[in-house]
Amino acid sequence: MAKGSGTPRGRHVPTRTRRRQRTTEAAERELVQLLTPEGERIEKSIGADGVEYRVDFTDEEYRSLYRDLVTVRRLDAEATALQRQGELGLWASLLGQEAAQVGSGRALRPQDMAFPTYREHGVLYCRGIDPILPLSLFRGVNHGGWDPNKYKFHLYTIVIGAQTLHATGYAMGVAMDGKTGGDDGEAVIAYLGDGATAQGDVNEAFVWASVFNAPVVFFCQNNQYAISEPWERQTRIPLYQRAQGFGFPGVRVDGNDVLATYAVTRTALDNARHGQGPTFIEAYTYRMGAHTTSDDPTRYRLPSEVEAWQAKDPIARVRAFLEKHGIADADFFAEVDEQARREAMRLRERVLAMPDPEPLTMFDHVYPHGSPVLDAEREQFRQYLDSFEGSAR
Amino acid sequence: MATETLTLGKALNEGLRRALDNDPKVVIMGEDVGKLGGVFRITDGLQKDFGENRVIDTPLAESGIIGTAIGLALRGYRPVCEIQFDGFVYPAYDQIVSQVAKMHYRSQGQIKLPIVIRIPFGGGIGAVEHHSESPEAYFAHTAGLKVVACATPQDAYVMIQQAIMSDDPIIFLEPKRRYWEKGPVELDIPLGTAYPLHASRLVRPGTDVTVLAYGPMVRTALDAADAAAAEGRELEVIDLRSLSPLDLGVVFESVRKTGRCVVVHEAPSNVGLGAELAARITEECFYSLEAPVLRVTGFNTPYPAARLEDDYLPDLDRVLDAVDRTFGW
Repeated sequence: MAKGSGTPRGRHVPTRTRRRQRTTEAAERELVQLLTPEGERIEKSIGADGVEYRVDFTDEEYRSLYRDLVTVRRLDAEATALQRQGELGLWASLLGQEAAQVGSGRALRPQDMAFPTYREHGVLYCRGIDPILPLSLFRGVNHGGWDPNKYKFHLYTIVIGAQTLHATGYAMGVAMDGKTGGDDGEAVIAYLGDGATAQGDVNEAFVWASVFNAPVVFFCQNNQYAISEPWERQTRIPLYQRAQGFGFPGVRVDGNDVLATYAVTRTALDNARHGQGPTFIEAYTYRMGAHTTSDDPTRYRLPSEVEAWQAKDPIARVRAFLEKHGIADADFFAEVDEQARREAMRLRERVLAMPDPEPLTMFDHVYPHGSPVLDAEREQFRQYLDSFEGSAR
Repeated sequence: MATETLTLGKALNEGLRRALDNDPKVVIMGEDVGKLGGVFRITDGLQKDFGENRVIDTPLAESGIIGTAIGLALRGYRPVCEIQFDGFVYPAYDQIVSQVAKMHYRSQGQIKLPIVIRIPFGGGIGAVEHHSESPEAYFAHTAGLKVVACATPQDAYVMIQQAIMSDDPIIFLEPKRRYWEKGPVELDIPLGTAYPLHASRLVRPGTDVTVLAYGPMVRTALDAADAAAAEGRELEVIDLRSLSPLDLGVVFESVRKTGRCVVVHEAPSNVGLGAELAARITEECFYSLEAPVLRVTGFNTPYPAARLEDDYLPDLDRVLDAVDRTFGW
């Protein structure tokens, strides 16, 4: 608190450091966790929602989760490098959030629909979408352009929180279509970050989802920062507790634990598909890198904080678990690294080979039924381009 | 052919009823549109006949209305959103401009959002602040949106159905002060052969001055034409109907004939539709013009208190004053 702000002398004023300490301790008590940072398996974990969570994976499934985690991190690193080399205009790295994305992404059933922010490269990968597509967006070749219905994965949304309303409306449509109520029901997941929880749209989405009992799961990756602002600047209470005020359950999960994230998301989606309405999941995680490649996190956080989270790495703990139980050997880890490297190299080659779009394509797809005014403008621009000597057009 | 005399409001109600009847994917959503039938009763009786899943009373949040309508459209529905008053559309502005308008473009044509956003617009009803605005320029300025305004009961009935059938996202402006004005409406009119949605229409032929108007000002322009005729001047009145895209073929033809043009709208002049019209007419009809294109508009003030609105709004006298001035050059 600033000097001279009128606080009586001697009255206890909590500093932000103290408040953070308290909320971090509380967060850890309330966390659903099935795999510790040291790689110890926890059989079951009871969430703040009173639900007991557990998972039962085969050895093959554990290895497959590990492969996805490593691959999405490797592709992400390649994209960051491509940006640094001037091949992408921008990149929003998922580094540190692999478990939250792979765990929730793999919890989706084929019929479920996902609404991402602009950082869900890991979820996108789990939905089977070609990882080149977000790179074309960040290279500036297009604005996305994949078919959301084909992959059940909507386009990236850059305006913070806007997609939570789209997801909620879509979920209302699912319910109106009579597609909830059984195991084959459909559910919708909306991704958002801790910063987005301050947005009006997100709070309106909570109201809508609640009063219409929409089959939607709000999956909030609390990566601790909205660019530079810590989450305490967005909320005075733990985020998952917000849900109660809107009339649906909220649960906080260790977002660096792929097993717990999977378990909590799968349960929430199944509740939604069975007609039991929305859930808010707060995946407690950490953005190890910058907000985007345009950001400099050393201006607003301490190296010691980053180191503390480094010790909770989402991939290292799975590897420790696999090793401890003899589920995977050194050959497997080497093969996964090599496969991820090859995928990254292929991605790089394809980015470098990506042609710039033709100028006149900027007039395409403005309106489904077109516009005579736009047609005339396109024609004028075509003639202008053609007026130059040596025009290839 | 069944022709009935209906108010503009009732004609909209009948058009919405037809749209709900013809396509089970059409849903109406907004504040108080259900039991109450909307504050202007435009959706009167529709929830009773089509149910709460087709005519949805929403929570009181405009961004939520448009944002969830986008989700419903992605799911295959054709939402018709009612914004209760013009001045309440701004909380939804981001969803309209950044999402509704751009989704088709962003997806390279793979997503269509056939959403109609109905907005009662304009003044003249003695309302409190935020209930009398003319926000059309904000939307006409935005690529990806189409903007139309109806002026008569017949057009209201047909245009609302055409807008709902269109795959383009459409801002549908309703002249609220004309809701209670009556006119003949041909109810059996086949939409396929009806006058096109995005076309302007010559509504009164004349030889001396071209007057362009839309929405509530069409009536005003026609009244001015009657008065001018009594004084021996023939105004040619064109109802623009489509504000984006503008359909100006008939306008250019008219101005080349008359050599004079007056644009009338309630919205302020600064960077408004009249400015765009004046520029386009100057580009196309430069050698035919006997005078600059003049604008008769609301003033560049916030919409004033109700007891000042008769002075703020363009009326017959101000239109005729501009007509007189075009002969001063």
